[in-house]
Amino acid sequence: MSGMGYAVILLPSTSHAMHAEATLKQAGIACKMIPVPRHISSDCGVCIRIAREDREAARAALAAAGIAWEGMHDC
Amino acid sequence: MRHTALAQTWFLSLRQGRQDPDMIYFDNAATTWPKPPQVIETMVQCMEQGGGNPGRAGHRLALEAGRIVYAARRAVAELVNAPDPMRVVLTANVTEALNLALHGLLRPGDHVITSSMEHNSVMRPLRALEAEGVELTVIACSPDGALDPGEVEAAIRARTAMIVLTHASNVAGTLLPIAEVGQIARRHGVLFLVDAAQTAGACPLDVQSAAIDLLAFTGHKSLYGPMGTGGLVIGPRVNADRLRPLKQGGTGSRSELEHQPAFLPDMCESGTPNVVGLAGLVAGVDWVRRRGVEAIRAHEMALTRRLLDGLAAIRGVRVYGPQNPQQQVAVVSLRIDGMAPDEIGLRLDEEHGILCRVGLHCAPAAHRTMGTFPTGTVRFGLGALNTADEVDASLAAVDCLARKGQ
Ligand SMILES: Cc1ncc(COP(=O)(O)O)c(C=O)c1O
Repeated sequence: MSGMGYAVILLPSTSHAMHAEATLKQAGIACKMIPVPRHISSDCGVCIRIAREDREAARAALAAAGIAWEGMHDC
Repeated sequence: MRHTALAQTWFLSLRQGRQDPDMIYFDNAATTWPKPPQVIETMVQCMEQGGGNPGRAGHRLALEAGRIVYAARRAVAELVNAPDPMRVVLTANVTEALNLALHGLLRPGDHVITSSMEHNSVMRPLRALEAEGVELTVIACSPDGALDPGEVEAAIRARTAMIVLTHASNVAGTLLPIAEVGQIARRHGVLFLVDAAQTAGACPLDVQSAAIDLLAFTGHKSLYGPMGTGGLVIGPRVNADRLRPLKQGGTGSRSELEHQPAFLPDMCESGTPNVVGLAGLVAGVDWVRRRGVEAIRAHEMALTRRLLDGLAAIRGVRVYGPQNPQQQVAVVSLRIDGMAPDEIGLRLDEEHGILCRVGLHCAPAAHRTMGTFPTGTVRFGLGALNTADEVDASLAAVDCLARKGQ
């Protein structure tokens, strides 16, 4: 995760976040689970932070695993 | 301090059993014992190092707990070749999973087909649903527990919504033809629910090739996890929108809503889960996979063969079920002439150190099918950790009792 900035992936629940985290790690994409930033959602759950440059790779990996995410935001 | 002392009294009395080298545990069909040391160590580690509540916060201990829960879904999904770990709903045991599938999907007017070898964890929910207007057909199995798939197909009607079968009888050990019935269910567009309590971990299981739409499992038998774990593997043909959860409550997701979330697995998992138990389940499944389900099956078949051959040679012993390891799991029901099952059970325990289960095994329908209702049978349930020597010792004990019974 270089100085290029981050993106966060929002998922419907923590169980999905765990599934997404395992899937991204398996695809070799560096990620970190963090609380959902307040300015993005009022939900108290967690989301996954990736490097902005990995957005497309992450999209592909999640789609291949059939994981429906709710949003992807730069932050 | 007083509580520590009480716990010690309790554990010390249990430990006597552990240390008794002559004790033979043949009640693995009820729950497997002993558990692999990794299972126990993982659970202790989980309590010591990971104390968070999964999905209820974003701090590291909560996340670690969430990963354990996820690992349990994943481990089971991989074991049974289920494509989506998010469609593995974790429950307290197979009974809860079966209730979720039955009460959650069947509605008055629906027709459901089951076998006469079912455990009460299938039969009782079905009888309760019958009282609410669900129509039920119970296909009679042969006295050795075998089911004719043709009879299942013949029973299908326009309103048939589901076929429910145990994969293996917990009384006679008989394996039911789930692959054939799965194909029948699929051809007719009927959901297929399998109770894998006796087979998950003990027999190869593939939900895709066997066309199983709903697989209910329990963690504490042949998956070698602790009691209080289990789940329901939900296939892609099951419409989650139609599934009614057994309970509503906090899930950690969608906390802004006062209504239950509508997606799997959260919709069916309200309340704090048994994270310590699930950590043990992950370790148990891992142990099973390292050992190999095929290898475990081969070992249990060899022990079953040895037990059946030995029993056949003892006068006054009557064995139930297929009496063929190919057609059954490592569960053998028997009777001894002139001696009631409860007396046999007591004497096996007290005089020979053999622990088994006698009576009706929560499956009155199965005993009616076998002709052993209401007295029941003596059941030997063998596991991956039993040995040929233990089988030989139990044969000597049965022989000894059979002579007394003459
Ligand atoms: C075939 C079968 N179904 C259901 C059960 C119930 O299991 P549990 O008590 O873990 O829910 C058992 C075992 O007791 C069983 O052997």
